[in-house]
Amino acid sequence: MPRPGFVLEVDRSTPSIMFWRGENFSLEKLPAGRSRVVYPPEPLDAIDDIDGAIRHALLNPHGQDPLPAQLFPGMKLTIAFDDVSLPLPKMRRPDTRQRVIEAVLDLVAAAGVDDVHLIAALGLHRRMHEYELRHALGDRIYDSFHPRGMLYQHDAEDHDNLAIVGTTDHGEVLEINKRAADSDLIIYVNINSVSMDGGWKSITTGLASYRCLSHHHNPETLENTRSLMGHRHQSALHTSVWRLGKVLKDNGPKIFQIETTLNTDMFPAPFDFLSKREWEWTAKDRATFLATTKSLNRTPIKLARKIFHNMESPHQMTSVQAGDTDEVHKITLEKVYEQQLVDVVGQTDILTMGIPYVCPYNPDGVMNPILVMCMGLGYLFNMYRNKPLVREGGVIIMTHPCYRDFNPVHHPSYIDFFEQVLADTTNPAEMSRKWEQQYAEDEWYKHLYRTGNAYHGVHPFYAWYWGAHGLQHAGKVIIVGGDPPTVRRLGFTPASTMDDAFEIASDVVGRDATITHLHAPALLVADVQ
Amino acid sequence: MKRSAPTRLSSVGQLRRAAKLGDMASSAVQAALKPAKGLGFPYRKPSIPKGMVVPPDVSTLGANFETGWARSAPAKATRTVLANGPIRAFVRVVASPEIVGLDRLADLKRMDEPPAVIFAPNHHSHVDTPLMITAVPEPWRSQLVIAAAADYFFDTRVKGTLAALTLNAFPIDREVTSRKSSDELRHLIDDGWSLVIFPEGGRSPDGWGQDFKGGAAYLANRTNVPVIPVFIDGTGSIFGKGMKRPKPGKTKVVFGAPLYPIEDESTRRFNARIEAAVTALGDEALTDFWTARQRAAKGTNPKLTGPEYNGWRRQWALAEHRKLGKAGQRRRQNRRWPDLG
Repeated sequence: MPRPGFVLEVDRSTPSIMFWRGENFSLEKLPAGRSRVVYPPEPLDAIDDIDGAIRHALLNPHGQDPLPAQLFPGMKLTIAFDDVSLPLPKMRRPDTRQRVIEAVLDLVAAAGVDDVHLIAALGLHRRMHEYELRHALGDRIYDSFHPRGMLYQHDAEDHDNLAIVGTTDHGEVLEINKRAADSDLIIYVNINSVSMDGGWKSITTGLASYRCLSHHHNPETLENTRSLMGHRHQSALHTSVWRLGKVLKDNGPKIFQIETTLNTDMFPAPFDFLSKREWEWTAKDRATFLATTKSLNRTPIKLARKIFHNMESPHQMTSVQAGDTDEVHKITLEKVYEQQLVDVVGQTDILTMGIPYVCPYNPDGVMNPILVMCMGLGYLFNMYRNKPLVREGGVIIMTHPCYRDFNPVHHPSYIDFFEQVLADTTNPAEMSRKWEQQYAEDEWYKHLYRTGNAYHGVHPFYAWYWGAHGLQHAGKVIIVGGDPPTVRRLGFTPASTMDDAFEIASDVVGRDATITHLHAPALLVADVQ
Repeated sequence: MKRSAPTRLSSVGQLRRAAKLGDMASSAVQAALKPAKGLGFPYRKPSIPKGMVVPPDVSTLGANFETGWARSAPAKATRTVLANGPIRAFVRVVASPEIVGLDRLADLKRMDEPPAVIFAPNHHSHVDTPLMITAVPEPWRSQLVIAAAADYFFDTRVKGTLAALTLNAFPIDREVTSRKSSDELRHLIDDGWSLVIFPEGGRSPDGWGQDFKGGAAYLANRTNVPVIPVFIDGTGSIFGKGMKRPKPGKTKVVFGAPLYPIEDESTRRFNARIEAAVTALGDEALTDFWTARQRAAKGTNPKLTGPEYNGWRRQWALAEHRKLGKAGQRRRQNRRWPDLG
C-alpha cells in the first residue's frame, strides 16, 4: 500500500535533505524549528492489465457511444497525440501513446476505416526527432504510417493547413490544424502527468496556431492564472482554453478524448534512491548517492546530460478513461490528485526547490537559464491548489548551476532572447510589448521551427510568461550555485551556499522566516489551506 | 645365409595332435559351464510357454526418452553457458536476427511473478530453435523447454542427450499415440517452465507454412497460460528442409501480443486464433502493422500456407514472397575481383 505524502517538520534529528542541482544533487541542512519539507505520496500501484484497461475504456466511454459505434468506412479520422514534452523522464517502452493508439487502430481497422492520419500535437514546441516518434508510438505505428505520409507533426505556421473553427465571445479566434478541423472524428491521446494538462487544452493548444495561442499565452493571462494546477476558476489560462473548447465543441468535429494518468515511479535503479525519504536510505542508497555525486562532479557536463536524458522511467499507467472531453477530464483530475495531492497547512516565507536537469521544454536538450526560471517559477512554484506555498512577497530559493549554455538546434531563439531581450528587460509585460512580435514573425526562426527541430521563435517568451505569476508573487528569487552573471541577467540573486541564500533572504523576510522545501522527485501538488 | 623351410602341418601326425588339443579345450569349457547349467531359471533365461508371445522391450528412446536430468541445476548451468556463448554466436553469424515486438510482452514481464507462457512460432528450419532460444527474453529464457519431435531428435541416445542438454528439448510424439507427452508438458508448465512449441509439427517441406496442429492450444487450454504467437521470417532460405549446409542470411522474429484461452472456447477455435495471429504477424513482418491490422480485420492476411494452386506457380509465388521479407536480403557476399596482375 503506497504511503500518502506528508509534511515533515524539521528538527535537530532530521538528516540533510536532497536537492536537485541540474545534472547533480546536493544534501542541504535546513534550519531546525522553522523549516518543513513537503514529501510527495509514494507511487500508486499501476494497472495490472494495461491493454485490457485501454480496451475497456474504448468500449465503455464516458458520455459517448463506444468507439466502434462511432467509426464507419469512408470516414476521415485524425488521431492526435501529446508530444515529447510528456512524460518526464521519457517512459520505458512501450509508451502509453503506443499502447493506446495500437488499441484504437485495431478497432479502426475492424471498422474498415482507411483515411487515418496521426498528428503529433506540438503546438509551438519543437518537432520530434524520428527516434522520439518511434519511442512514443513504437516502430510498428511509425513504419506503417510515416512512409505513407499519414503520420506527421503539427505545423502552426503552415497557413494553408490551418482552419478557423470559430470565435469566442471574448474575441478569441480558434484556429487549428485543417486536417483535424475537417475530420469526422478526432481522437486525442493524452498523457496527463499533471493536472494542468488535458481537457480542452489538448487540442486548442497542441493543434493550434500562434494566433490562437497568443490569446492565452500572454503576460496578462498568466499573471492572472492564480492556480495552474488547481481549480480551473482560479486559472485565467484554463478559463480561456475552456471558452475555446466550447467553440470547438459547438462548431468543430466530434472529439473522442482519451486521457491517461501515470504513477510517480520516475527513476529506475540505481537512481531509485531519489524518490526515497532521506532517513530511509539504506547503506546501498547512501553509497550510490555518494558515488553518483562524486562521479558527476568529475563528469563532463555533456556526458552527464546524456546519462540523465537517456534514462527511461519505470512509471506506469494508473488510469485510462475515454469519451466526452469534460467528463473524462473530471475523472482524470481526480486520478492525478489521488497520486499527487498533499495537504499543507499555511503558507511559508521562504520556498526552496531543487531544479532538475529536465523540464517539459528540454527533453534530450540543455536546461538553459530561461528554462531554469520557467521550471522554478512556472512549474514548481505552481504546484499548489488554493494558494501558493510561499506567501506573497516571500522568497523563492532554487538550486541549479544555471550555466549559460543553450542547445542551438532546439533553442535558437532562446539564445537571442537571453542576449537581447533579457539584457533589456525581465518584465513580462514590457518584453511582450517591445519584443514578442519581432521574434514571433522572424522568418529564420519560423524556418527552423518548420523544417528543423527548433522551438518556435516566440517560445522563450512563453517560457518566461509561464513564470509571470511567480515573478510577480515573489519578493526575491535566489539561485544557489548558479553562475552569477547569468543569474543576474535573469533578474535574480546568486548565492554560493544555502546558508548564504537564507542570509540574503533574511533582508526580505526577516531572520526567523519559515522555510518550506518542495521535495522532488516525485511530482506533488500542495493543497494549501 | 640359407633360409630354413617354413613350418607346415602337412604331416598326419601333426594334424592329429592339433585335433586332440581342440577336443581338450572344448571339454574344458563344457566342464566349466556344467554347474551353471544346473542352476537354471532364474539364473538363466526362462523358457517361454507354448502359445505365449513376449511383448517387445519398452524403448527408452523417442517419446520415452528421459529428460528430467536436463532440468537439473548443473545441466541448466551448462546450457546457460552454451546458449550465451556458442549458440548465440552461431545465430548471430548464420541468421543475423532482427527481433521486434518484445514490447508486447511488457505487461507479463513486469508482473511480480511472470507466468509461464507458450511460444508458438512457425517452423521452417533447424535454425528456428536456436533462434528462439536467443530471442526469447528473460525471465522466460532461463526456464524454457523446447518441444522437439521424438521421432527425429530422440531416435538415438546420443542425439537425444545432446538435444536435451543443449536445447532443453523435450520429446513430443508427433503421431499422438499417447497422452504421455502432453501430460508431462502440462506438469512442466505447472512447474513454471515455459514452452516453445512449433504448432506446424515440423519444418516446412516446400518453403510455405503448414496448417497448425492443436498442441499449443490444447496445452494452453489445460494449463490456462497465455500463448505468444511468434513469426519467424528468413530461416527457410538459411537452412530449410533438404539443405545440406546453412547459407548465412538475415532473419526477423516478430513477437505478438499474448493470447489467452477464453472460457468454453474449444481447442480447435483457439488453435485457429493462434494461427490467425501468427499469420497477421507474418503479414506485419512483410508489410507493416497497419496493413496487417486492416487485412486481419477483413480476414485477408496472406496465408502462411501459401496460395491454393499447386505446381510451379506455387514455387514462383514463394520467390515473390521471399523478396518482400528478410529471406530476400542475402548477406552481402565478398566480391571477388579478377586479379589483373
